[in-house]
Amino acid sequence: MNSQASSSDTSYYLPSPSHWPIVGSAALLLLSLGATLTIHDLAGGGLLLLAGGGTLAAMLIGWFGKVIGESQNGLYNDQVDASFRWGMAWFIFSEAMFFFAFFGALFFTRVISVPDLASADNALLWPGFQAAWPTAGPGLEQVFTPMAAWGIPALNTAILLSSGATVTWAHWALKRDRRGQLNLAMALTVALGALFIAFQAHEYIEAYQHMGLTLGAGVYGATFFLLTGFHGLHVSIGTLMLLVILLRCLRGHFRPDSHFAFEAVAWYWHFVDVVWLVLFLFVYWL
Amino acid sequence: MNPSMDTPMDKPLTDPHDAGHHAAPAGLWRWLTTTNHKDIGSLYLWFAAAMFLIGGLMAMVIRAELFQPGLQVVQPDLFNQLTTLHGLIMIFGVIMPAFTGFANWQIPLMIGAPDMAFPRMNNWSFWLLPVAATFLIGSLFLPGGAVSGGWTMYPPLYLQGGISYDLTIFAIHIMGASSIMGAINIITTILNLRAPGMRMMKMPMFVWTWLITAYLLIAVMPVLAGAVTMLLADRNFGTHFFDAAGGGDPVLFQHIFWFFGHPEVYILILPAFGIVSTVIPTFARKPLFGYRSMVYATASIAILSFIVWGHHMFTVGMPAGMQLFFMYATMLIAVPTGVKVFNWVVTLWKGSISFETAMLFALAFVFLFTIGGFSGLVLAMVPVDVQLQDTYYVVAHFHYVLVTGALFSIFAGLYYWLPKWTGHMIDERWGRWHFWLSAISVNVLFFPMHFLGLAGMPRRIPDYALQFADFNRIASLGGFVFGASQILLLVVIVKCIRGGEPAPARAWDGAEGLEWTLTSPPPYHSFAKPPEVR
Repeated sequence: MNSQASSSDTSYYLPSPSHWPIVGSAALLLLSLGATLTIHDLAGGGLLLLAGGGTLAAMLIGWFGKVIGESQNGLYNDQVDASFRWGMAWFIFSEAMFFFAFFGALFFTRVISVPDLASADNALLWPGFQAAWPTAGPGLEQVFTPMAAWGIPALNTAILLSSGATVTWAHWALKRDRRGQLNLAMALTVALGALFIAFQAHEYIEAYQHMGLTLGAGVYGATFFLLTGFHGLHVSIGTLMLLVILLRCLRGHFRPDSHFAFEAVAWYWHFVDVVWLVLFLFVYWL
Repeated sequence: MNPSMDTPMDKPLTDPHDAGHHAAPAGLWRWLTTTNHKDIGSLYLWFAAAMFLIGGLMAMVIRAELFQPGLQVVQPDLFNQLTTLHGLIMIFGVIMPAFTGFANWQIPLMIGAPDMAFPRMNNWSFWLLPVAATFLIGSLFLPGGAVSGGWTMYPPLYLQGGISYDLTIFAIHIMGASSIMGAINIITTILNLRAPGMRMMKMPMFVWTWLITAYLLIAVMPVLAGAVTMLLADRNFGTHFFDAAGGGDPVLFQHIFWFFGHPEVYILILPAFGIVSTVIPTFARKPLFGYRSMVYATASIAILSFIVWGHHMFTVGMPAGMQLFFMYATMLIAVPTGVKVFNWVVTLWKGSISFETAMLFALAFVFLFTIGGFSGLVLAMVPVDVQLQDTYYVVAHFHYVLVTGALFSIFAGLYYWLPKWTGHMIDERWGRWHFWLSAISVNVLFFPMHFLGLAGMPRRIPDYALQFADFNRIASLGGFVFGASQILLLVVIVKCIRGGEPAPARAWDGAEGLEWTLTSPPPYHSFAKPPEVR
């Protein structure tokens, strides 16, 4: 990635004023107020959440729609393309740091706080508490079954790894301009993403209905659900993004040598894949 | 990368897709929809000014209450809300937006770019801030009042508050999103939009410091988002991250928070280093001494900032080995910081120095920030910190760093670049009054706090024992003068915008850099074609 503008192009691309950002700010205002009111069981919360969600959706469709239109009309030069690459790479780095906070919480809990609660220092406070993982902690009555690694989670690992392979297949097809293979591989990727989400939903229902494993199941439940939950959210967003790319492929967007939107979503998808592997290792298995 | 795109690449900038851009919409709609880096820079700076007024008024109430022992002006609950909001507003509402405003105005000018890399996202980064500010300030008027456990939001206290505690969590999320988008924009602009010939090691120091600051922001703002998300879950969704009964630990929050919090300290000071490294060479009429070492020192500070967070929590309980590690790692930061101070002083050595207001503030920065740095070294020592934790010594330390450090650099930057931005020279006479009143009163305000802390006065308490009365009275008087002096700054800015002696392209005879090759004020789109850098 050359940091200089390419020699074929010495002018810059500048977008005109846009109302989408302020619509986005309004959406986040409505969503935050709606969430606060809902949490506190106050009137109007649901309505505000709905309005905020609708506004956010309108903003995303409008803003990305405009960017796609500009790209299709050839307004973007090599320098804009490089900016998009840097921007997406740093965005993924920020996402990695977000997960780092929750993994940090998991490791701190497992290595430091749970053993400390069972140490001689705390024997008077929590008599008889044995350090073990998984645990609901020394002061809770809740009994739960931890999630086993070699059932659905292992299956989901296979699904997500396969989807990483199919999206790479789609990329190769796109680069060789084999549109039929591209569409097929993209459709497969979206389907695998959806399958992953379905299994994850099934796992959550099992946990809540039969295993006693809830958000309130001590620090195991907390780390389990926030880590897998945020990952699941990212898989859902990623699947949505893949779906948009699939629809764009079907419309004949992208060229073998110019398809950064496709690559950005593929990067994101691989990132989600890697987070899952770490998650499978430390949340489910070890 | 995409030569097959069907539009010729050699079209000039003024082709049809750009035409609407020159007829920018008028009135409020212009400011709501603008994609121009100068407009957005101005929005950031005015937002910071408004928040400085609000956060400053809170400080005035705090100092009025502390003027004498006993409770006179506010009740303890409101006092705690004011100290908490004062901290959050000054950090997230004043210093960070002001530096981002400088970045927006200056980085494209300094690297020869037409604008930021993502102009629309730039607009969004700014317009998220008023939403967050509304939540923070509005929460004062909600049942139960605003958050009152200190800006660090420690559980378990934070878990017990009312509705404004959740609203504040969302405000943090929104400010975090704003900062991350702003940082991605700045980092991409610097890496990708430099004019031909502007190699990394030719970039102005201000651009270098912001590049590294942007990296820190992208690395740690998501961690803060994670921390407050866990608070939200513990408060509302029945999790036990910070509850020992469920196997969690309140100390966990402190670790995650300060993993964000210490790099945040450098987010608040690295751009200040950049401004001072620009102002001092101009008025010493010498190039910055040790440019290369300055770059490496900045990078070293940023890297070290990730492994020193424990010094904020020496007293919560940690193994002696960890205390030793964090103590020595913290002291290590004095080395690159010392390199910087040394370089500024040597830049002055045998320079042809003149004392414009911008230079006065930059010189005051070097003296007073160094005092803050030294008190930081004192606090880095574990046995001393155990005595001084949560006393006024800590308050004195971080106000020297943030007020006479970060804020004074912002003043220096304003006096330095306002002629470029407005096309008018500033009124140096008013500026000098602003400087001397501020520089003297700020020391009257914060220096006695060292003595109060050493004598054991705890922070965040509205009342105090009689023996602390004298120093508190002195500090409050200094505070009132310092607060009132800032009206002079507003006068200088408004005067400069409305008129004054016309500023030439190179407003200061010793100034170097691309921004001084453009007219004052610069054209709406800074560089339509990339300038050549030799």
